[in-house]
Amino acid sequence: MHVDYQSLRFEYRRSPDQSASQRAHHPVVVVGAGPVGLATAIDLAQSGQRVLLLDDDHCLSSGSRAICFAKRTLEIFDRLGCGDPMVEKGVTWNLGRIFHRNEPVYSFDLLPEGGHRRPAFVNLQQYYVEGFLLDRARALPGIEIRWGNKVSGVSPSEDGVELTVETPEGEYHIQADYVVAADGARSPIRKALGLESRGRSFRDRFLIADVRMKADFPAERWFWFDPPFHPNESVLLHRQPDGVWRIDFQLGWDADPVAERTPERVIPRLRALLGADAEFELEWVSVYTFSCLRMERFRHGRVIFAGDAAHGVSPFGARGANSGVQDAENIAWKLALVLRGEAPDTLLDSYDAERVAAADENILNSTRSTDFITPKNAASRAFRDATLDLARDCAFARRLVNSGRLSLPCTYHDSPLNTPDAETFAGPLVPGAPAPDAPLVVDGRPDWLLRRLGGEFSLLHFRKAAPAMPETVPPVRLVTVAPGEDAEGMAARRYDARPGTTYLIRPDQHVCARWRRFDPDAVSRALGRATGRA
Amino acid sequence: MLNTEPNIAAPDDFYEALLSIHQDLTPEQSRVVDARLILLLCNHIGDLGVLRQAMVRARQGIEPAGRDAAIAASA
Repeated sequence: MHVDYQSLRFEYRRSPDQSASQRAHHPVVVVGAGPVGLATAIDLAQSGQRVLLLDDDHCLSSGSRAICFAKRTLEIFDRLGCGDPMVEKGVTWNLGRIFHRNEPVYSFDLLPEGGHRRPAFVNLQQYYVEGFLLDRARALPGIEIRWGNKVSGVSPSEDGVELTVETPEGEYHIQADYVVAADGARSPIRKALGLESRGRSFRDRFLIADVRMKADFPAERWFWFDPPFHPNESVLLHRQPDGVWRIDFQLGWDADPVAERTPERVIPRLRALLGADAEFELEWVSVYTFSCLRMERFRHGRVIFAGDAAHGVSPFGARGANSGVQDAENIAWKLALVLRGEAPDTLLDSYDAERVAAADENILNSTRSTDFITPKNAASRAFRDATLDLARDCAFARRLVNSGRLSLPCTYHDSPLNTPDAETFAGPLVPGAPAPDAPLVVDGRPDWLLRRLGGEFSLLHFRKAAPAMPETVPPVRLVTVAPGEDAEGMAARRYDARPGTTYLIRPDQHVCARWRRFDPDAVSRALGRATGRA
Repeated sequence: MLNTEPNIAAPDDFYEALLSIHQDLTPEQSRVVDARLILLLCNHIGDLGVLRQAMVRARQGIEPAGRDAAIAASA
């Protein structure tokens, strides 16, 4: 069934909280029903937490906006129960090609090895992502969504946050134990608390023209530097579902952002690329500048910032929405444990430590890509052009060409929740990294390792017989991989596993400890550490 | 460790060769050649520690008198 998610309108409805004689209390209020707020709410609700989600608008994303969703994000969507519609609707791609003028200079395969359930990326308009998340949220008990409810006041205290909420029928007040502010780049909550996100802007303007057309370009990311149809600047072409194509033209700083948005300006640029006879319709047009910036801290007492509210990057690398969804899954399990009394409030400080480090990594990569695409002085322009020239016949230069280093999940190397290795493990996997997927065969049927982990703490044990798991708080689910189940040996390879190797994996599927044999005391100690109790 | 001791067997030949690639070039063309040359040599050296030492020495004593096209941002 096709749903036009962009045109859906959600009505404001009066809530009993508005006429309550006593201020209503909510354990957790999420502000903003974008991808980050929806993912946070779903994750919390899946662990049995009651959630109130407030949004000041009446609709989902208008325009395609974020379109590239990375493998790790799809794995998170799998855990949130909506990975399949995303991948079925999305355009799967793994390959990027870079051209200088008319010549191909470099191509990259983002997922060169098999044995992963999900592709490196799917392209999917943001309104579909939000729509599928919303469908999932509505199917879960415990999530209440209030549209047309705008947070206009935030008063934090030691034991909670009082929110003032504006509606078409006037304002009301609620009390929350915790607030997750996923209210976007202009975050009204950030402003209300007098906080800032700081960084730098780039003196360049870009035109996004999403067009609907029949075209036979492959499902690859094509990026041109200085093409003949748009001299001196760069162009990106990328396919989305429903015959929609993302075309991004670099315009330079002096471009007039209002005039460049008009069809009279946009259509000739498109004709130059697509040919004079090409038939297309404009789907969405936007002229933008961008900044790389972040808040100094993402946790402010009982108010926690996530997604664009906390940090911003340039669009090259697809690091905005992807990192926001990773914020969501990082905070959700921690909040759920704290609200259940199974972890101290200080566990939430690890959200700050881990996701600030992730934001810095994203900002670093995004800034480097931007410095390549938008040279900021004559020397960076000269090196950029020299790199592109050399890339034609010198392999080393191809590795320097940077049209966006595409989003990979952050490894929390220095997380206080990790238990450092006491034994030797080979390979790239380390404590703090997201658990890699691998194909399994369970009861004769193909399955995936990540699918078996679920959303609680898991003890991944490589052996035939299951060891006795002690009772713990929070509980740890035992997941065993028998040698016969790892038919291709990929799980053993990716986890450097031998019989007895045991991994403790967090609810967000990041590795927090590992051993060569199962030791219940060591598991208990690592669990204490991973839940902020040690 | 960056080697700043004599390392080129025929220094005058080297210097002549270096200048000759810039013959009759405009400053802009020379910048293109220099940029390519620097990238080729850096890759040949490969050791980032050595490259950083060379970069520090190259930058020594130059007070910035220009300005990058980047602006402080806050939201």
